[in-house]
Parts: sequence; structure tokens; C-alpha cells
Amino acid sequence: MTEIIVVTSGKGGVGKTTTSASMACGLARRGKRVAVIDFDIGLRNLDLIMGCERRVVYDFVNVINGDCTLKQALIKDKRLETLHVLAASQTRDKDALTEDGVRRVLDELIADAFDYIICDSPAGIEKGAHLAMYFADRAVVVVNPEISSVRDSDRILGLLASKTHRAANGNGGVKEHLLLTRYNPRRVANGEMLSVEDVKEILGLDVIGVVPESPDVLAASNAGVPVILSDTSDAAVAYHDAVARLLGEELPLRFLDEPKRGFFARMFGG
Amino acid sequence: MGLLSLFRSKPNSASIAKERLRIIVAQERGGRGGPDYLPLLRRELLQVIHKYVNVDPEAVQINLEREAGHEVLELSVALPQKPPG
Repeated sequence: MTEIIVVTSGKGGVGKTTTSASMACGLARRGKRVAVIDFDIGLRNLDLIMGCERRVVYDFVNVINGDCTLKQALIKDKRLETLHVLAASQTRDKDALTEDGVRRVLDELIADAFDYIICDSPAGIEKGAHLAMYFADRAVVVVNPEISSVRDSDRILGLLASKTHRAANGNGGVKEHLLLTRYNPRRVANGEMLSVEDVKEILGLDVIGVVPESPDVLAASNAGVPVILSDTSDAAVAYHDAVARLLGEELPLRFLDEPKRGFFARMFGG
Repeated sequence: MGLLSLFRSKPNSASIAKERLRIIVAQERGGRGGPDYLPLLRRELLQVIHKYVNVDPEAVQINLEREAGHEVLELSVALPQKPPG
């Protein structure tokens, strides 16, 4: 059984691609066969985060147009044997992605017995975002504890509930999860940032992970190594936990409290 | 939190954000799944009302309530207070 998971958010820059890359790696590390697809046509970026930008020969649109086979376009990850990347096209043609074309590619991946297909959605609510979510069984809605991100996430939840294949066919709808990123427990404690509980309450959804704000995320994208692979990082631990919860394990959330600081830091620190 | 900040009372901006979100999300969810003409209807009604009374755009609320078997279009206009005298 293949499960199609869309990573989406509405708002840009909240960590969709970082999350797609890390969740795909996390699932592959557990031996699952995973394909991660960049739906951001025109603005390819997943390849950079995955560190395979120089190995892109064919892309998603090439496969849809029949310029190459799916097998030729799938880039095998060099670190994890069961992980494959399908890069976005850099075409400026907005109609390059079609519902039928996307369906054919997904069907071929399903026939090839992939366990998970991760669809990395572009920002916004246009065609690319629509097609990224359309065939999904599950959605990971990435949200920053910030007012515009939360509102946009709610908009996306509305679309997931109405404009998807599962919604249209009444087979239970898309299963939705929240994943908070850039979480800063110190600012939450100071009353400067919405807490996990606040976001949960406003959006009315369960939280599959909370990724703390961390310099490791930028370092990881600089290096082209998904942050989940930087084992000592809090962000990596948080993503591993999120993957475990996705697979049905019940784990308490971590990194919700301010790290303990020394006496001098507390008295004089900012 | 440094020593100085103990003496400064800071407004809790997270709770302001939460309250604003609660209201806007509820409002947007209410409009969802409703007919597409609602925003346009609201705009045109506002123009008509504006010809007679100078109301604030925020003072005009349109809601579509769904009850068993029928829908109610609810229009509420808060008129400005008359200046005293």
C-alpha cells in the first residue's frame, strides 16, 4: 500500500521543503521506499535541500510529457538506498502540470510499490499547490507560530477538506496533521510567540511535531544535507519524532520548554 | 529576561495574536463553502447603504447560516451613533 503525503502550508518560507526532505529521509532510514516530488514548477529547490542539484537530468514535467521514463527522472539518493527524488521543472509554463499527468506519475510510483510518496507543495493556493494536495491521503500542514502562517494554514485546511480527490469522492477525506517549525520556547515563555497549545486550539488539529528554531537548519541547507541527518541537532531529533508519530508511534512532544540557563545568563542575558 | 525587564511591564503580544486569529479564523470558516457571490453581495450592499448612511465597512456583517433544511442569509448593519445635540 502506497501512502501519498502532501507537505503544504499556504504561506511561503515556513519550512515545507525542509520538512519534505527530512521526513522523506526519516522514512527511508526506517527502510521504507520513498519518492519525494517537488511540485514547485518554475522554482525548483528540493534538489538543493537534498544536495542532488547537479544530478538533475530530467524533471517532473519531462516525465509527464513523455520526454523520458519515470525511472530516468528519479534521482537515487546517495546516502539512503530506498530514497528517490523527482525534481521540479524550471519551465515558466504554468500549465505544464496537469491533473492527468500527475495522476499518471503517481500511479506508476504506486505500481512500482513505493511505500510513501511525499509531495512538496509550492506556497500559495494556485495550480501547483492544488495538484500537490489533490491525490493526497494525508497532509502535513507546516505552520510557524506566527499570525499570518496560522491563518494561511486554516485556509489550506479548508481546501484539503473540499478540493481533493478524497474529499470529492467521500472516502474519508485527507488525514491532516500540524507540524510547527521555528518554535522558540523562550519567546513562548515570554508571551511573545503563540504556543503549541494556542495553534492547536485555533486550528483544531493534532500536532505531529514541533521543530525548534535552530541554526542547524540553515547549516543543513547550506550543505545540501537534510537537517534530520545532523543527528545531534534538536531539529533532527524533532523530525525523527515526527516521522515516528506519522508511523503511528505515540511519543510526547519535546523542546517545548526553555532550555535551562545559568544564573548570569538569567540576570544579564537578553 | 534581564534584570531591567523585571521592571518593565510588557504587553503579552502572543495573547493579542491568539485573540485576533480566533476571530478571523471563525469568520473565514463561516464563509467557506458558502456561495461565491457573498463577498460581491457584501460590497454592493455596502455601496447602497453608503448612499444613505455613512457606515464603517466593518459595521456590515453578512452571514449564511445553515439550519436543518434551509439557509438563512443574515445581514446586520450597525448604524453610527448620532452626534449629541
